Amino acid sequence: MENLIALLIAAPLLGAAVLLVGGRRLDAVGHWIGTLLSTTSFVFGVILFADLLGRNADDRTLMQHLFTWVPVAGFQADVTFRLDQLSMTFVLLITGVGSLIHLYSVGYMEHDERRRRFFGYLNLFLAAMLLLVLADNYLLLYVGWEGVGLASYLLIGFWQHKPSAATAAKKAFIVNRVGDMGLSIAIMLMFTTFGTFAFGPVLSHATDASEGRLTAIGLMLLLAACGKSAQVPLQSWLGDAMEGPTPVSALIHAATMVTAGVYLIVRSGAVFNAAPDAQLVVTVVGAVTLLFGAIVGCAKDDIKKALAGSTMSQIGYMVLAAGLGPIGYVFAIMHLVTHGFFKAGLFLGAGSVMHGMNDEVDMRRYGGLRKYMPVTFVTFGLGYLAIIGFPGLSGFFSKDKIIEAAFAKGGTEGWILGTCALLGAAITAFYMTRVMLMTFFGEERWRNQPTRSPEAPSAEPAAEHRGEHAEPHPHESPKVMTIPMIALAIGSVFAGGFFSIGDRFLHWLEPITGHSEGDSPLSAGAVTGATMVCLVIGVGIAYLQYGRRPVPAVAPRGSLLTRAARRDLLQDDFNHVVLVRGGEHLTRSLVYVDHTLVDGVVNGTAAGFGGLSGRLRRLQNGYARSYAVSMFGGAALLVAATLLMRAV
Amino acid sequence: MSFPLLTATAVLPAAGAVATAAVPAARRTAAKWLALLVSLATLVLAIVVMVRFDPGGARYQLTESHAWIADFGVRYELGVDGIAVALLALTALLIPFIILAGWHDADPLETGSKRWRPTQGFFALILAVEAMVIISFEATDVFLFYIFFEAMLIPMYFLIGGFGDRAHAQGEEAASTQRSYAAVKFLLYNLVGGLIMLAAVIGLYTVAGNFSLTEIAQARANGTLHMATSTERWLFLGFFFAFAVKAPLWPLHTWLPNAMQESTAPVAVLITAVVDKVGTFAMLRFCLQLFPEASKWATPTILVLALISIIYGALLAVGQRDIKRLVAYASISHFGFIILGIFAMTSQGQSGATLYMVNHGISTAALMLVAGFLISRRGSRLIADYGGVQKVAPVLAGTFLIGSLATLSLPGLAPFVSEFLVLVGTFTRYPAIGIIATFGIVLAALYTLVLYQRTMTGPVKPAVSAMPDLKARELVVVAPLIVLLIFLGVYPKPVTDIVNPAVNQTMSDVHKTDPKPAVEAAK
Repeated sequence: MENLIALLIAAPLLGAAVLLVGGRRLDAVGHWIGTLLSTTSFVFGVILFADLLGRNADDRTLMQHLFTWVPVAGFQADVTFRLDQLSMTFVLLITGVGSLIHLYSVGYMEHDERRRRFFGYLNLFLAAMLLLVLADNYLLLYVGWEGVGLASYLLIGFWQHKPSAATAAKKAFIVNRVGDMGLSIAIMLMFTTFGTFAFGPVLSHATDASEGRLTAIGLMLLLAACGKSAQVPLQSWLGDAMEGPTPVSALIHAATMVTAGVYLIVRSGAVFNAAPDAQLVVTVVGAVTLLFGAIVGCAKDDIKKALAGSTMSQIGYMVLAAGLGPIGYVFAIMHLVTHGFFKAGLFLGAGSVMHGMNDEVDMRRYGGLRKYMPVTFVTFGLGYLAIIGFPGLSGFFSKDKIIEAAFAKGGTEGWILGTCALLGAAITAFYMTRVMLMTFFGEERWRNQPTRSPEAPSAEPAAEHRGEHAEPHPHESPKVMTIPMIALAIGSVFAGGFFSIGDRFLHWLEPITGHSEGDSPLSAGAVTGATMVCLVIGVGIAYLQYGRRPVPAVAPRGSLLTRAARRDLLQDDFNHVVLVRGGEHLTRSLVYVDHTLVDGVVNGTAAGFGGLSGRLRRLQNGYARSYAVSMFGGAALLVAATLLMRAV
Repeated sequence: MSFPLLTATAVLPAAGAVATAAVPAARRTAAKWLALLVSLATLVLAIVVMVRFDPGGARYQLTESHAWIADFGVRYELGVDGIAVALLALTALLIPFIILAGWHDADPLETGSKRWRPTQGFFALILAVEAMVIISFEATDVFLFYIFFEAMLIPMYFLIGGFGDRAHAQGEEAASTQRSYAAVKFLLYNLVGGLIMLAAVIGLYTVAGNFSLTEIAQARANGTLHMATSTERWLFLGFFFAFAVKAPLWPLHTWLPNAMQESTAPVAVLITAVVDKVGTFAMLRFCLQLFPEASKWATPTILVLALISIIYGALLAVGQRDIKRLVAYASISHFGFIILGIFAMTSQGQSGATLYMVNHGISTAALMLVAGFLISRRGSRLIADYGGVQKVAPVLAGTFLIGSLATLSLPGLAPFVSEFLVLVGTFTRYPAIGIIATFGIVLAALYTLVLYQRTMTGPVKPAVSAMPDLKARELVVVAPLIVLLIFLGVYPKPVTDIVNPAVNQTMSDVHKTDPKPAVEAAK
């Protein structure tokens, strides 16, 4: 059975190779090849899942060793896969949601002449993401880790002729590289500490190492997680990543890749458990990001950017939970899975809205769309209810558990983290209600709009191919798009409840992550009650502001906070001033220094020996050839003399 | 007496060079084919060397030894260890691609131009460089090595000075002046390095009484040849200086950007991917073996210089406006990694450095040759003259992207393995230096992806709108390099298996063992 593991990765990898090398002759069928291979991988996943379920809870780890990758003295990296409950959960999420989004893209990208390539990249992403979660050592994980980064780069910049897309892609990759530095250093630290970086020995011997080293490893892993999962301070790339086609935003920048940081932390649980300082930093990063993302989400008029803020915020919840240790690991992953359903569903819904609205993304130009897109409205609505934590839906179960766990951390920390999580729940309810109301309710603001000016071209250039530039005629999307939306909506509604009945999810993951209940100062009922109050407040304020009053077509100036939030809380301004400008000055002065100082000093020093600089200067006056020949004569003489020595 | 296989690997391209030069002027194409066939035959010989080489066997294999200048104890001694085999294979592998990529680089210019471009000469010079580089990798006699280390400057000088890019913004006159400047700068820097080394070679002879690497190293190891500390240090510096110029190490690097920007792309590859490797190779073979104590004495300084090269080279690459200069500074950064790996004195560092030499050769060839194809289409080296190329030439853009990704050491491609080995090998002994060097991976992403973005993405610039995509010949050059980059990224074991035993020997030469992990139980 373990031989199937490699096939999980091989199927989409084959798809990527065939689609990217195959060329134009595959244009007609490329999207179906991609979808088929993604589904094949999902089927393998289901077979393996059935196999795992048939085993005892403590015997659910399958290993497959393929070959030795890098053997150098004490440094040994193998291509070995590990399938256990944690990676199995990810495999099903990745291939399941991935296949649905492949299917959706068949319709969404129908008019794009480079659709085949798009599916090649999607397949490449699946292969890399599966490698990431199936690797049995950190170096192999690193390959998947940067592999998904590459796929993300290629897909954000899919419409490369748009400078904004190309810039966003590059930004995502480079910001992620800062995180990858953390992963590199973490692996190096593991190697000096344990002499290996395979999961088994590192995690089972973690407690033998000093706390200082474990804290350092933990913080470096956190840096990596911050990059991939868009957590503060490496969050700035995610909003720009919305330049990619919407299915990409759904799959990579919402459901799967951006949660890799959470996977990394939970997988390395043994390291973090023994490094409380690192854990504390993890929870702080999570709490800060969940508020940061939520605030940004409130201020965006671009539907995708509002959802991106929300993604950041929800992953903040997961990171917070992962930082809590064994109390939180299971719920971090559970929220990750339910979020995978409802956030992918929300993005696909947003894509469907854009599809029917000439690729308009500005919610101020939506309104009243529920009549025109009933399926989109219902599926998006269910995703909305799930994310705000409406009782009985998926998000309710997973988020509530995280808030509970945050309080259960105990002490002042527990109160602070718990309050942040509650506050986040209220803000989530606010911004998601805002999105819902601005899009599907109220006045039909898209009527009698001036046509888009050329200065503000469509975010999704597919519109140019569709030749739609007149007033939008909102319409429901084709079945190939609505079926995945319906499937995800079902998951958004039922997954949380299904996981929670009899603590199914807890018992499934417990053997890997461990679990402890902690000691909460608040009863579970009190936490749920507080969450409900927050929810009602959030929804209520949003209703008063966007439901009762008409939405202005142009955003009002807003408060200082609103304006800052629109600019992503000035993160880019900071980066621009400090890093970009500073960097430009640095490189420019270094170019000058290299040209004049280093070159000059070395030439000048050499002049003492052989009149080098004088010769070079005269050279520029045009006596090049004669000097070259004279120098060259010297060299030739040297060689001739040496050879002559033989005769002596 | 058995067949002198190592001599043959050098004699074949040397004879090929003479034969190519002798082809009559009118039969230009025949000369090109001849050169290509000779380089392919050399590759076959190199593969035979690889196959015959037994990684578990003696340190130097396929040895040849003949008396040469008996009075001075100079012998014609050849022999290869795993490190030399890897670099020999790299050289023999890259030359056919260099020849094929430069197929039209030396065609006569349009009628009316005064410039003389001897096609035969171009290809003969490339083969001559190949022969000399190969013998430098094989020589186990210090004097023999020195001669070819220096002699390869001659054909390189003509290649840089005689054959620039076909078009030039400031006209042919200015281009010619700049080319000569670059060629002379290259020659002077390397000659100065070589002269200092010559003094050290003579000094070594007065101390040791012969030039044999194996004999001197043996005598050094078992204590029969004593060197005063100061003598050893001076001799070490003499050798190291020459190799640091060639490698090139900061602050002796400034000849490289000039040389690479002025020469044609294939010649630029020849410089950085092949010729410069002799410098780093010689550090491993000569500096560490002959002067182990002095090497350790100089290590801190060299590590800092290597670290400066990594960061400084990368920062300067970010600031370049000229595509070829950018690649040159990227190479300076990469040579910093190689030297860091060598002097970290760990198995991972040195195996990584050797693997790095091979991988850097392939990845730079991939990036630079595609850049050359791009430049030949538009007639400009300036990044700002391009934009949106991916729309009109998607295959060219795609291969350029893969070359860029290899240059930034993307996991899954060959350079990642070697770069990580160097970093981890440095980190185990010098954590702070290892961490600072890691910043290089962020900067590498910056300079490669900014280059890709500016040249390939965005709206199509009018000047590139009619740019044709890669032709069959160009695809034949690029595709195998890309396959190799992927293969060695996934399965580097064939190379590491050859290199590891030689690195173990070198480690014992300098009496160094790898640091032990803190928690040994985990292994």
